Amino acid sequence: MSVNADQVRHVAKLARIAMSDAEVEAMVPEFNNILGWVEQLGEVDTDGVEPLTAVIDNHLRLRNDVVNDGDCRDAVLKNAPDAQHGFFAVPKVIE
Amino acid sequence: MVSDYRIQGATGDWEVVIGLEVHAQVVSNAKLFSGAATAFGAEPNTQVSLVDAAMPGMLPVPNRECIRQAVRTGMAIDAQINKWSRFDRKNYFYADLPQGYQISQLYHPLVGEGQITVLLDEKDEASAKTIGIERIHVEQDAGKLMHDQHPTMSYVDLNRSGVALMEIVSKPDMRSPAEAGAYLRKLRAILRYVGSCDGNMEEGSMRADVNVSVRKPGEEFGTRTETKNVNSVRFVMAVIEHEARRQVDLIEEGGQVAQETRLYDPDKNVTRTLRSKEDAHDYRYFPDPDLLPLELEDSFLEECRASLPELPDAKRKRFEALGITAYNASVLTAEVETARWFDSLLDAGAEPKQAANWVVAELFGALNRLGKSIEDSPVSATHAAELLGLVADGTISGSIAKTVFEKMIESGDGASAIVEREGLKQTSDTGAIDAEIDKILAANADKVAEYKGGKQQLFGFFVGQTMKAMQGKANPGVVNERLRAKLD
Amino acid sequence: MGELNIKTIAQLRDGFRAGEFSAREIAEEFNAAVEAGRALNVYTVETPENALAAADAADQARQSSDLKPLSGIPLGIKDLFATEGVDSTSGSNILKGFKPPYESTVSGKLKAAGAGMLGKLNMDEFAMGSSNETSAYGPVISPWKRNDGSNAALTPGGSSGGSSAAVAAGMAPGVTGTDTGGSIRQPAAFTGITGIKPTYGRCSRWGIVAFASSLDQAGPMARDVRDCAILLENMCGFDPKDATSLDLPVPQWEAGLSSDLKGKKVGIPVEYRIDGVPEEIDALWDKGVEWLRDAGAEPVKISLPHTKYALPTYYIIAPAEASSNLARYDGVRYGLRESPEGGNLDAMYAATRSAGFGAEVKRRIMIGTYVLSAGFYDAYFTKAQKVRTLIKRDFAQAFGECDFILTPTAPSAAFGLNEKMSDPLAMYLNDVFAVPASLAGLPAMSVPGGLDSQGLPLGLHLIGRELDEQGILNAALAIEERAGFTHRAEKWW
Ligand SMILES: [Mg+2]
Ligand SMILES: [Zn+2]
Repeated sequence: MSVNADQVRHVAKLARIAMSDAEVEAMVPEFNNILGWVEQLGEVDTDGVEPLTAVIDNHLRLRNDVVNDGDCRDAVLKNAPDAQHGFFAVPKVIE
Repeated sequence: MVSDYRIQGATGDWEVVIGLEVHAQVVSNAKLFSGAATAFGAEPNTQVSLVDAAMPGMLPVPNRECIRQAVRTGMAIDAQINKWSRFDRKNYFYADLPQGYQISQLYHPLVGEGQITVLLDEKDEASAKTIGIERIHVEQDAGKLMHDQHPTMSYVDLNRSGVALMEIVSKPDMRSPAEAGAYLRKLRAILRYVGSCDGNMEEGSMRADVNVSVRKPGEEFGTRTETKNVNSVRFVMAVIEHEARRQVDLIEEGGQVAQETRLYDPDKNVTRTLRSKEDAHDYRYFPDPDLLPLELEDSFLEECRASLPELPDAKRKRFEALGITAYNASVLTAEVETARWFDSLLDAGAEPKQAANWVVAELFGALNRLGKSIEDSPVSATHAAELLGLVADGTISGSIAKTVFEKMIESGDGASAIVEREGLKQTSDTGAIDAEIDKILAANADKVAEYKGGKQQLFGFFVGQTMKAMQGKANPGVVNERLRAKLD
Repeated sequence: MGELNIKTIAQLRDGFRAGEFSAREIAEEFNAAVEAGRALNVYTVETPENALAAADAADQARQSSDLKPLSGIPLGIKDLFATEGVDSTSGSNILKGFKPPYESTVSGKLKAAGAGMLGKLNMDEFAMGSSNETSAYGPVISPWKRNDGSNAALTPGGSSGGSSAAVAAGMAPGVTGTDTGGSIRQPAAFTGITGIKPTYGRCSRWGIVAFASSLDQAGPMARDVRDCAILLENMCGFDPKDATSLDLPVPQWEAGLSSDLKGKKVGIPVEYRIDGVPEEIDALWDKGVEWLRDAGAEPVKISLPHTKYALPTYYIIAPAEASSNLARYDGVRYGLRESPEGGNLDAMYAATRSAGFGAEVKRRIMIGTYVLSAGFYDAYFTKAQKVRTLIKRDFAQAFGECDFILTPTAPSAAFGLNEKMSDPLAMYLNDVFAVPASLAGLPAMSVPGGLDSQGLPLGLHLIGRELDEQGILNAALAIEERAGFTHRAEKWW
């Protein structure tokens, strides 16, 4: 598979990365280079092979239903670019 | 039962096809993946851990209780419980989604297929319809955005961020607004019986995405729209009506229904486009690498099953078997609190059929007047059983019982104590009754004559007069018997 | 004095305990070395006061015989680790100024064990790179120079390039690194030091900025094998805050060190002999086999048939996970925010992320986004996870025939800055030997083997069975004893 500038633009939109036309154009061949290279996996016969789910044999542990965190608004907001009245503020979202 | 709900169009009748995705907030102390509290109504961002705020390097650890509640819910709808499930990330950007993804379950949900049976007519078992459930998966809630606090900024509160939700996805099995309403009410009842969700729609504990399409009866499914986050049964029904009408009109005018996400505006009672398929999200689901597969042990499943309470259908059948009418049984089991209260009334020894009549007629009436719910009924189940017992054993009459009940509500005292104190005990003393009867017969000689002349219906008059003279305390059986002896 | 900064952690620890010098003297000497080495661009933040405070506590503890395992030892901490109140930016502009109100589990454990912190170490942005050139703080300059008089600035490797250079230049006796696809082992090899990535799940990932969650593992980098064992013991352990953390006791790796390899079999994977790798590297590999044989191990040929596919597999899975892990850098809650005049929320996201991320990070986010997107997920991501299963299976089979595996660490010695930046694929090939073990979650380490003809260090790479860190530490010790690698970069800075 290979991508064109429009597809790169679409991916950039999905990833929320602003890209100039020049950046998009420059990325097209790079993108295709990398995709072409990873596509060698097509040579591998994976019929009947399960995708890996856990790197190391291990079970998911579950936590007890105890409130032992939160109530730390100052820490939560401390690094915010714009915190107002205990909220994070963002450019107005219109639904 | 086949629904005959139809939308009348210019080209004939149309059938509406409905599926619901209900987001139900799981009852738990802490969030799904963090130890922050879940209580409703806290100050903004005070129930947020560093995990919920998606600080760099923070990791999710699942809350056992949330998994347990979802499993119990699955068991309550006879669903397949998947012993191996997994969490996936649903990737999209929004200001209320700190991680940039929601941890959810797409490929391997915790709960598979199940079903819920609804009664479209509470008095009629034949109106039963089974609605299929596709799946229940567990996922995180998002935060909240406030748009009206600042002219150019929206405010983000993450208190809800990370709260556990069950997404309960029905099959497209409903065919009318009434069916959808019945399904939602029944689902809500089951969740509340199980205790996995408080069902509080005003606080957002339950909200529905409503999938609607229309078709000519017997034809293939049409293109559906999804109206998001509808937060009452009434609104869900309104959305279906409105959306079905809109789609029929659109198609008949030669248009095509677009597969899109819509929003409901309750003030104007319309739905409008939120986003169309072309700019739909590409969620890029993939297994969350921070979380291993969730594997449930048999002992865990056994505990889940053992802890399930008697569910509405079973309870209703048991009540009916006790001689309670289908209608009363249905009313008494619709809300878990009512059912529990009624069960304790039975446990306290009340006779089922009379108890049911009394609760539905007297207690509900009184609670209504007082604006109280059954959990804070001023008369306890024990006291109520005592009252019903006094009627059953002839200590007081039915009409005195009403008086006693009023006094119980006022004072909170027990029935016997009130009867004793106020001297309301019913008398079977034939001497006292005979004396009153004699006075009444003497004072109404003309009516006695009429009665003897064949006007049988006057018997009730004599009973009434006697009871009145006895201030309601005479045993009606004895009064009847003595009157007959004297008149016939 | 004046020699403390080239001692090993074991020497510092033992000398301090014996009263030969104080912890404060150690800290002061390293603080001075850090300051004197600024030309190398190793540290992004210097925290001399932290190192001194820990040293004073250690000196006090010595008086009251209340010593902890790392009392008196100052360490450098890779910038990927959240350190409370100290800038933790993962080498990225998007986190500029971010001071976490929390401490990563691993750095917290080291501090609880008595260690001080010299500062935060430069790295490739979000650990994405093999040369430390993608850092928003600029590249780290390796202390090493070629012996050809060219004076070219060389890479210390990446992504833990600040970490490797710090140890190699005597600016820390030991450091933390992280390894997603070779980021501990390749820089260790490039700078003539030792580094180990333990089994996935041994070190908690809590508080370490995520790159690719199913691959990321922290580990120590130090002068020698013993030092790695000492640090590793104090970094590992079960953490209930990481759902992938292994609930196992931490072995006493230092006490377990033994270079007697009698009865052990060392696997030599035929597929690791690849075209284009300099002969010197193959020759060193052969030497490594001989050293291990000398220590009692029996070499056996093994096959890891899917080796060739490890890198492409990695370059699907790691970017995919990264594209999602890095979605949280959106300008809302911390870090950089770029708000175009009159722009909406989406415009803020796009501008923030465009300005905050560097080229390599953007490239990987883009690739990762693409391979997960509708219509491509199965062809790329699912396929890669299947091949990953086969790679893991290869190792399981190989470990039926051997106890550990020996390969070169990297296909070349350190290269010059700017040499490979224009060709991403050429850069990715640096990790060809390191990545398979990462995909399989296995413990692996690099130990110096010798110098190439240009006078630059080359590393040997050991891969162990799941949880068998001791096995590779011991094999590495056997190599260390025989290689006699005592070379140090000559001080020019
Ligand atoms: Mg939905
Ligand atoms: Zn959902």
